[in-house]
Amino acid sequence: MKITESWLREWVNPELDTSALAHQLTMTGHEVDGIEVQGEGLEDVVIAEVLSHEKHPNADRLNVCQVNDGSGETLEIVCGAPNVYDGMKTPFAKPGVTLPNGMKLRKSKIRGVVSNGMLCSATELGLGSESDGIIALPLDAPVGELLTAYLELPDASIDLSLTPNRGDCFSVLGIARDVAALSGAEIKSAAIAEVAAEIDAVHPVEIVQPESCPNFAGRVIRGVDASATSPVWMTERLRRSGLRAISPVVDVTNYVMLELGQPLHAYDLARLQGPIRPRLATQGEKVVLLDEKEIEANDDTLIISDDSGAIGLAGIMGGLSTAVTNTSTDIFLEAAFWPPEYIAGRARSYGLHTDASLRFERGVDPQGQARAVERATQLLMEICGGKAGPLVLNTAEKFLPKAPTIRLRRARLASLLGVTIDDASIEAILERLQMRVVPVDVGWDVVPPSFRFDIGIEADLIEEVARVYGYDEIPVTTAVAETPLGPNTETRIPLEQVADTLVARDFQEVMTYSFVDSASDAAVAGAPSALVLANPISSEMSVMRSSLLPGMLLATAANIARQQERVRLFEIGKSFHGTLEAHTETLRVAGVVAGARLPEQWGEKSQAIDFFDVKADVEALLQLAGRASKVQFRAAEHPALQGGQSAEIVSGEQILGVIGKLHPKHGKQFNLKRPVYVFELDAEQAFAATVPAAESVSKYPSIRRDIAVVVDEKISGDELVTAVENSVPGIISTVRIFDIYAGPGIEAGLKSVALGLILQETSRTLTDEDADSAMAAAVRKLKEDFGAELRD
Amino acid sequence: MQALNELVESAASAIDAATDMAALDAVRVTYLGKKGELTARAKSVSQLPVNERPAAGQEINKAKQALQERLNARREALEAAALEATLAGESVDVTLPGRGMSIGGRHPVTRTMARIETIFRDAGFGVRSGPEIEDDFHNFTALNFPENHPARALHDTFFFPDGKLLRTHTSPVQIRSMLAEGVPIRIIAPGRVYRCDSDQTHTPMFHQVEGLVIDKGISLANLKAVLHQFVESFFERPIELRFRPSYFPFTEPSAEVDLLWEKGKWLEILGCGMVHPNVLEAAGVDPEEYSGYAFGMGVERLAMLRYGVSDLRTFFENDLRFLRQFR
Repeated sequence: MKITESWLREWVNPELDTSALAHQLTMTGHEVDGIEVQGEGLEDVVIAEVLSHEKHPNADRLNVCQVNDGSGETLEIVCGAPNVYDGMKTPFAKPGVTLPNGMKLRKSKIRGVVSNGMLCSATELGLGSESDGIIALPLDAPVGELLTAYLELPDASIDLSLTPNRGDCFSVLGIARDVAALSGAEIKSAAIAEVAAEIDAVHPVEIVQPESCPNFAGRVIRGVDASATSPVWMTERLRRSGLRAISPVVDVTNYVMLELGQPLHAYDLARLQGPIRPRLATQGEKVVLLDEKEIEANDDTLIISDDSGAIGLAGIMGGLSTAVTNTSTDIFLEAAFWPPEYIAGRARSYGLHTDASLRFERGVDPQGQARAVERATQLLMEICGGKAGPLVLNTAEKFLPKAPTIRLRRARLASLLGVTIDDASIEAILERLQMRVVPVDVGWDVVPPSFRFDIGIEADLIEEVARVYGYDEIPVTTAVAETPLGPNTETRIPLEQVADTLVARDFQEVMTYSFVDSASDAAVAGAPSALVLANPISSEMSVMRSSLLPGMLLATAANIARQQERVRLFEIGKSFHGTLEAHTETLRVAGVVAGARLPEQWGEKSQAIDFFDVKADVEALLQLAGRASKVQFRAAEHPALQGGQSAEIVSGEQILGVIGKLHPKHGKQFNLKRPVYVFELDAEQAFAATVPAAESVSKYPSIRRDIAVVVDEKISGDELVTAVENSVPGIISTVRIFDIYAGPGIEAGLKSVALGLILQETSRTLTDEDADSAMAAAVRKLKEDFGAELRD
Repeated sequence: MQALNELVESAASAIDAATDMAALDAVRVTYLGKKGELTARAKSVSQLPVNERPAAGQEINKAKQALQERLNARREALEAAALEATLAGESVDVTLPGRGMSIGGRHPVTRTMARIETIFRDAGFGVRSGPEIEDDFHNFTALNFPENHPARALHDTFFFPDGKLLRTHTSPVQIRSMLAEGVPIRIIAPGRVYRCDSDQTHTPMFHQVEGLVIDKGISLANLKAVLHQFVESFFERPIELRFRPSYFPFTEPSAEVDLLWEKGKWLEILGCGMVHPNVLEAAGVDPEEYSGYAFGMGVERLAMLRYGVSDLRTFFENDLRFLRQFR
């Protein structure tokens, strides 16, 4: 909310300059987002009158004006504004004057005609960004007077970021109250003189549901001139508060709302048909609002109705059919108290957000309706004339919010804040906040004022005391607490360690969004996700990722496009599965690798990565958990991966993750043209660790024997190694494949696999005979299981 | 016959003149070999008169010993020179880069989160997490956001068609942890959060670290202390803090905390307050017996300040040229 400093100071005027005042507002909980001082550097600008104007002889768009600036001399001014007219009052700057935008005026010839100064627009004077030409001041503006004096300049627009609990602060009065409480400065009385009725006219109001409208103030004013012009002091204050001047009736209701915090509505009396009846809408009831849009009201929404049906949304926006126009002569003014629970959320459900709904849904002072109507009547009659009828109040006392009596305990206040504040200070603070305070033995019984909807419990009072006392005054005290040692497990590898291992293996961590586009997700998952956002930022971010890979593949492509040839990325984050009724979130560790195995360097030839480079990375991670030996890589189809180069990583029946080469068919989806290898592990499964169980190492020397066998090319390395390991249990300690060959000398469809065996016993030194018989057993087993032949 | 000293002299020059091991060995044979000149001279002592023999023998032995030492020294010198020559041939250009891979790096946001975690773990805080797809109860209702309350509108929430949502803050973990573990409790909860907002200073996903301490007699003064200590620890220097009254439905009193950055500029870094009695009750804790504080800090904001990152969005662009600066 924006308010002007001059307006605020009219209500409360502490001895603080603008920035100190802003600081105090911020430290009171009303954060100042910005201060815009207008009208600085206009000391030499005066009000002038355009006596006459005629077309410039040499320029179609320019006029030559005869201007009276009050100096007694008639000045000739060249002016390009389209809106100049004879008799116009407008700001004038003489040669020698420097304007806020830095322009220094000189007497100059414009297309052959001498101009003795400039008639000014709002933009040129720093008084707003809209310029339809030069400023048209009211016709009664005094010629020769300083513009700054006339417009009460300079003045600061203070932009406040108000918290949603403080509905009472959405007005000059509300902010003034808090400034007064904080600074101790005196606040102007909010009491408004009553306007005496000159006529008897009233308009009937029927409150059929008093719980939804416990207070309704109305007044008829007849014989107004709705075409009058709002005074410049009012339109200027509105403008500096961020509202445009529209018409005197609208300006007055806006002005009173900004000043007192009570939204008002004015009806054209002649267009009302029968009594005004606020009530809940029937479902689907139609109403055309002031913005000319028709809405269908829901049955949780309060409407204003008359005999013609719905004529407005209560507390949100008035209707078009009864709106005041500049030909209206009789007006009905309304100020109601709509309880927050009847307004909250309603405006938003129609896509509306108005100054009225903003205030009503946070709560306006239930005692403020009559005051607002009196103030508006007074202002309206000053501008538009007319005769006022009596103020009519419909009050259902029973349904007005009751101010609670709250017990504030001295001991509780001290323990929650961590400081003891003396009784007198606490009482003074509460009283300055217009609370009724009655001392009791343990503290006080406190009744907040009617406008404070946010004070309901003891903690609220404690906050109020702390706020005025000053958060900065609260001491800094370290809490002393028992800190028993908690459980600590070795059966789970911390993800920090996983990340560090990947970093050590030249992977860069990335952070991709948890939502991706549906097609990318489906490309990796093989099926569309059921977890679709109802209100995504864009279709590219509309489904919850079921894998980390889509986002990472897009990041890979983006980096390749940025000339990064070698890309090695990892991410640790959640993937989302299942349906909304029963979704699961899985923590995953994923990697994407593209480009050369090593960074370009002098000592190694560049080689493209392949499956086994990435497998080594995955194996290193699995070794962290101390169970890599129990993990198998099982050839498996995967929707995203190329057949024959993809595997499931399994341990027993558990699937720990996948690894493989991205299927080239997805190149287009992810904008990737070159080979890309990926892995993705389920962190819960993959990093569940076993606590090491040590065995003694053999004191006896080992024997190494190598064999080469020729087998069908489809037999996997894993199968061969397992068979050999099982052939002579207890003696063969390690089996390693150290060469694989297919080609000349080996029949097509077969391959030669060279195996190195390390034989060892823990109780004795093996003899050559032991080794020979073990090798024979191994060869026999390979022959039996796979038809393997020894290669010579 | 040549004088002994002359013989020694000529042997010495021969040793010094030898430039390789073979030449040196030849000198040794010439003088000290079985048929060497000095060996012959030693044999000739027996032909001297008896009374002269000891002196002459002693003199010859001394000469032999001197020559042997000289030979040894020369051998070592020649060996050292030969080794030196071999090693010289093995020298490399030490300025060439090392072979193989370099290392990668952590993302600045996780790096920052890990740092925050370490600071709080060291002070005895546990680390908790919760689901990112949340329900209304944990994200709002239990945190004292009444239905239709304007405070809900401040959270630009991503919804699913059934009313579930992406958590807008890490505060639901407060509720889940209190319900699961009871009190007293001292935890932080780092994680991803989501708001339906995207512009220069907002990304639809970002990270928070929530803090929660509930115990008997916990006060606002304790909250101030922990945040002062955290900021000083995180930035590794004393930094002035400012606690401003603010409003969060789930704390009362509530505050926003600014830190004094360069040039007298206050920057907001977190929101905090004393846990609202309604929140304690929603989590089954008696607010008369227990009190506590909670805070929530924006990880990206802290990372930006710590590492001098000026544009929030760069954290999510995953440009390797940007990320490599953080290893």
